[in-house]
Amino acid sequence: MPHPDRRRFLELSAAGLGAAGLAGGLPGTAEAYPAPFKPEKDASLQLLRWTGFVKNDDIIWAENTKKFTAATGVQVQIQELSWPDVTPKAALAAQVGSGPDIVMGWNDDPFVYPDKLIDMSDLAEYMGKAHGGYFDTARSYCYDTDVKRWVAMPVGVTGNAIVYRKSWMHEAGFAKFPDDFPGFLKLAQGLKKINHPCGFSLGHAVGDANSWTHWLLWGFGAKQANPDNSIAINSPETVNAVEFARELYATMIPGVSGWLDPSNNQAFLAGQCGMTMNGISIWYVAKDQFPAIYPDTAHAVPPIGPIKQRTISNNFTSAFVFKYSKYPQAAKAYLAFMLDQAQADTWVTGMRGYVTPALKSYADLPIWTSDPEITPYRDAMAGARYDGFNGRPGRASAQALDEFVIVDMFADVAVNGVAPKDAIRKAESRLMTIYKRA
Amino acid sequence: MLGFVLVAPAAVLLLGLLAYPLFLGVWLSMTSATLGNTGTFVGLQNYAAILVDPVFRGAAAFSILYTVCAEAGKLALGLALALILNQSFRGQRAARALMLLPWAAPTVLSALAWLWLLDPQFSALSWLLVQLHLISTNLNFLGTATSARASLIVVNIWRGLPYFAIGYLAGLQSISKDLYEAAAIDGATGWQAFRRITWPLLAPITTILVAFSSIFTLTDFQLIWTITRGGPTDATQVFTTLAYERAIIAGQLGEGAAIAVSPIVFMVVLAFFVVRSVREQ
Repeated sequence: MPHPDRRRFLELSAAGLGAAGLAGGLPGTAEAYPAPFKPEKDASLQLLRWTGFVKNDDIIWAENTKKFTAATGVQVQIQELSWPDVTPKAALAAQVGSGPDIVMGWNDDPFVYPDKLIDMSDLAEYMGKAHGGYFDTARSYCYDTDVKRWVAMPVGVTGNAIVYRKSWMHEAGFAKFPDDFPGFLKLAQGLKKINHPCGFSLGHAVGDANSWTHWLLWGFGAKQANPDNSIAINSPETVNAVEFARELYATMIPGVSGWLDPSNNQAFLAGQCGMTMNGISIWYVAKDQFPAIYPDTAHAVPPIGPIKQRTISNNFTSAFVFKYSKYPQAAKAYLAFMLDQAQADTWVTGMRGYVTPALKSYADLPIWTSDPEITPYRDAMAGARYDGFNGRPGRASAQALDEFVIVDMFADVAVNGVAPKDAIRKAESRLMTIYKRA
Repeated sequence: MLGFVLVAPAAVLLLGLLAYPLFLGVWLSMTSATLGNTGTFVGLQNYAAILVDPVFRGAAAFSILYTVCAEAGKLALGLALALILNQSFRGQRAARALMLLPWAAPTVLSALAWLWLLDPQFSALSWLLVQLHLISTNLNFLGTATSARASLIVVNIWRGLPYFAIGYLAGLQSISKDLYEAAAIDGATGWQAFRRITWPLLAPITTILVAFSSIFTLTDFQLIWTITRGGPTDATQVFTTLAYERAIIAGQLGEGAAIAVSPIVFMVVLAFFVVRSVREQ
């Protein structure tokens, strides 16, 4: 039974929890902004999210959820799916008009069915003001410029960095990790020479193949589309990018063209691969389970290309609420609670930085500087770009990513020996079809 | 009237579970529906679009290649296995039970096991061949178009083999021993007995096995999605994986439905040959 003074209790508890989270916390946080979200009477929620990549993710998220339930009386049922399965499940929920109230989805998901989602502007703006605003990519993925409203609450990215073996880098003749593309290629060639080759997926690995190919593409100044969504892939910059990838592929461990998402983790942890691009999970697992490899495993922010800017590609996760939800205010209260300082800090810290939050003030969390190998992941948001850059996020960019158009273009040149101009033209034709259809 | 009442439950089941989804799929394939949007009627526009789409054409070609090669392999090996298991030997019952394992195991589990067997770095098959000094470096099973396609066909054969073997075994046991005794008295060799007695009498079961198995193979999704996700560079896309990618992941329901409906053409052709074959027999 609800407490007779429930509404008043909620107001107090929300304020109290916000204040509790601030103890020893950061300046400019939720204290100055009274929580405007009051759960509906007898509300309960269903959350669909991805299964944690590292075990503490799920555990701490569930613990924080219990705290929310204790404070508000709102029961939250959490359903977890393997991360690539969240997108189709959420899409089906949008189609049939029933299912989870809240989804923690990926990348352009909210733009595929923006009219099915509630306006999240009040929550996004409230949290943004309270936590130092958002990194640019967050706005790109969550603010719909057509309808001029936030369609999702930015959560963060499963950040990518270069993961490498320190001793092998030294053996290959490098005292420190190179910060530009030519140096990076030389390191890859050096690693190949000492029989510890690098490995970057060119198969249909949703996260790992898209991440490094987009990083190179953007680093050379190439782009998939223009701001008006006209296709811009056919450019000399793209030629440079795929030619660079061809040289890099020559240094890689055999078999990367068949690699799916787990493959690079497995090869690295087995000591067969000297360098790859990944989230912090390899290091995290090494720390707990591979004591021989862990001390030698290091991270670097992906080097910069000719455009002299960071161009990191990450998987971005955001939370959105379907209009069919009976408890939209409870959903917003839940997200405000879960992403507030007290909860976000324990969550990100417990995961050792697996998710880099989209809210800027969380870049100052102590976890990021607690170990030098965690620090590169702090910067995953700052240098990030969104998929489909420099076009508009939406159905077309989502589909291009889902269909591996960019990955296949790189694989055509690097693996299949297709001439760059032919591979680029093929990608251009596919992109034109996708963008026209969407 | 009573007849209608008695037939009604079956009719409702068939209409609800078979006819409705089929017609819905066909209808969706003629609309511009996307996830969250019912779209409008566009006639055959989606079909026209996929026919000029090189990814779809590649998927259609590999679907047919996959089905034909896998069926041929399953038929030949299934028959051989059935002939062996039809002999009397110690452990025959255990062998028959073990034979069913690939068919009985959940597809995703066996696909994951094969994913490890075909892994470029950790393949037990490569390891064995390296240990036997037959190769010097690991085989790149899933890294090139040809090897990935061949690998998937082998996995499908492995999985579907028991279906043929058990079907043929039943067929073999229904053939009267008298026929073989008569042939032996006439001096027929083992091959002649197989060619003139066994194979013709297995023809009806062959038709049924090939027909059903072809449908399963043409609509296979789990093995391919788990092992390659249609890669590398779309080399192993089939109707089902592409339809899933377009309709469910990318949200293009109309086009995805057109891709999903298109194998019906091949199935109708297949059904025509099956029916004709049965009639001839």
